[in-house]
Amino acid sequence: MKTATIEATTNQYDGLEPLIYELSAAGRIGVNLPEPDVPLSDLPADLLRDDLNLPEVSENEVVRHFVRLSQFNHAIDTGFYPLGSCTMKYNPKINEDAARLTGFAHLHPLTDVEGAQGALALMYQLQEWLAEISGFAGVSLTPAAGAQGEFAGILMIRKYHVDRGDTQRTKILVPDSAHGTNPATVTMAGMQVIELPSDKEGNVDLEALREACAGEKAASIAGMMITVPSTLGLFDRNILPIVQTVHDAGGLMYMDGANMNALMGVVKPGELGFDVMHYNLHKTFSTPHGGGGPGSGVIGVAQRLMDYRPGPIVDIIEEAAGDHDAPLYGWTQPPKTIGRLKAFHGNYGMHVRAYAYIRVYGGTGLNDVTRHAVLNANYLRARLKDHYKLPYPRICGHEFVMEGRFADSDVRALDISKRLMDYGIHPPTNYFPLIVPEALLIEPTETETKQTLDRFVDVMISIAGEARENPDILHDAPHNTPVRRLDEVKAAKQLVLCCAPLMKQVD
Amino acid sequence: MADLKFPDDVRYAKSDEWVRVEGDIATIGISDYAQDALNDIVYVELPEVGDTFDKDDSFGSVESVKAASDVYAHVGGEVVEINEALEDEPEIINADPYGKGWMVKIKLSGEADLSDLMDAEAYKAYCEDR
Repeated sequence: MKTATIEATTNQYDGLEPLIYELSAAGRIGVNLPEPDVPLSDLPADLLRDDLNLPEVSENEVVRHFVRLSQFNHAIDTGFYPLGSCTMKYNPKINEDAARLTGFAHLHPLTDVEGAQGALALMYQLQEWLAEISGFAGVSLTPAAGAQGEFAGILMIRKYHVDRGDTQRTKILVPDSAHGTNPATVTMAGMQVIELPSDKEGNVDLEALREACAGEKAASIAGMMITVPSTLGLFDRNILPIVQTVHDAGGLMYMDGANMNALMGVVKPGELGFDVMHYNLHKTFSTPHGGGGPGSGVIGVAQRLMDYRPGPIVDIIEEAAGDHDAPLYGWTQPPKTIGRLKAFHGNYGMHVRAYAYIRVYGGTGLNDVTRHAVLNANYLRARLKDHYKLPYPRICGHEFVMEGRFADSDVRALDISKRLMDYGIHPPTNYFPLIVPEALLIEPTETETKQTLDRFVDVMISIAGEARENPDILHDAPHNTPVRRLDEVKAAKQLVLCCAPLMKQVD
Repeated sequence: MADLKFPDDVRYAKSDEWVRVEGDIATIGISDYAQDALNDIVYVELPEVGDTFDKDDSFGSVESVKAASDVYAHVGGEVVEINEALEDEPEIINADPYGKGWMVKIKLSGEADLSDLMDAEAYKAYCEDR
């Protein structure tokens, strides 16, 4: 018996996926709709057009196309992802199970409170836990993501001052190592940024801060935004004097909680004297970063800002009648609220996932998470310090920054990052914080094994060797990915976000 | 570092701008060190002719594939000319930062105070130390 030989390929497109338009065949359809059981009515003639170019593909082809595309991607479920400042920890599948329970997933946001008591009880408990973890009087779950949490926090600070008739406070202090969202938030809120330099150890320059708050200047200070630990991964040794200086000037303290994975269960920002902070549930509490869903930027506030929180807030409307009764939960809006920020109740699916995460770990477990996150980062730092320059060589928090450059080589941080992709490792954050030349910001998170960390170190050491001996292998990297080095300059200057018809014009 | 230029007919700021004063006109751009550190520049935001700035003000920004940076005036006065060629070809700054890559010309509102700025030698030493 004779069989035809067909060459095996992993992918019929040799690693590259065509546009869905190129899979199109005239007349092919993906979905069969049932015969209508109501009279048909014609669409308005002025809304009809015959130039709408849509791909005609079967359901099977659509599924394969997008699954293949997804497989070109690097994800936390496929490999190590040490993207500094982003806390790309593993997202436990039990979170997904919880979020898919029909009582949560199928609940309509306009359901009467009486019919949504379980969902409200979960939000109430999450509010309580997040208030306890941050050391604050209360929280608001509504902000959609970190940047909206920042925006809410600064609007609250602004309203707090204005309500007291203190309308001259229009300036917010921001360290030069800050996330770009901090100055953007201040500007969005109609206030002005005063940038503060860092000292040689990576702390805020305390003298510069005191100078900015000195004498008559104090009356214009609305507050300060600071990330703890800083974006350099360093715990500011002067955090208490910093808080004190700004409070003495009459300003309020905002903590950017992006780096809570170095504090959770160990340090409470409220006890450090902060007035308001945001969490990123999609970082610290293991909910997905995009793709799998939106983020969540829950804010925590000190007592004096409680009345300004954006609502709705879940509260107990009627206490339980006895031990065998449940309380009645409902919605409240704080009396001086800055208003609503988001439709309905924030990104509720993320609340369920964060609840599941906290429930699984418990208080001791969350403390362990933080300790392991800090240990993993310091392990990498210690093993790499003789191979890469550490601009701030001291114990770090959950992440640390190295310089991706060498005196005896012309490779840059970008080349190192591209080379890492050849080993199936997601690059660290590049070129941030801005105050470190050729920055590589590395955050392993607590969810990686020692073997994974050791392999990363071995790869990084090997790349440092290549930078001297064979720099072109770095300049030309990546070599093993579906596409090679992309032309980022052209992509930035000639932005094309559209599909097949436009692609042809560009070519 | 060795290949970077530090011409001595301009003065330099810690924030990496250069300023060249001729008569009552100051021309401002970013240094060779700055363009090299930023890498490929993809967008330049410039003020409009007639805008006025104080010496501490940012008059625009430079954006590369790596980062966006504010650019500071270091002199006070009114913008009399902007380098419109940068709108379509921001990469001119990478190629010729002190010449065709200039950004704005400002008519000084008073005596230029360049005492905070460095000469070429001091700026070069400052860059080597970073």
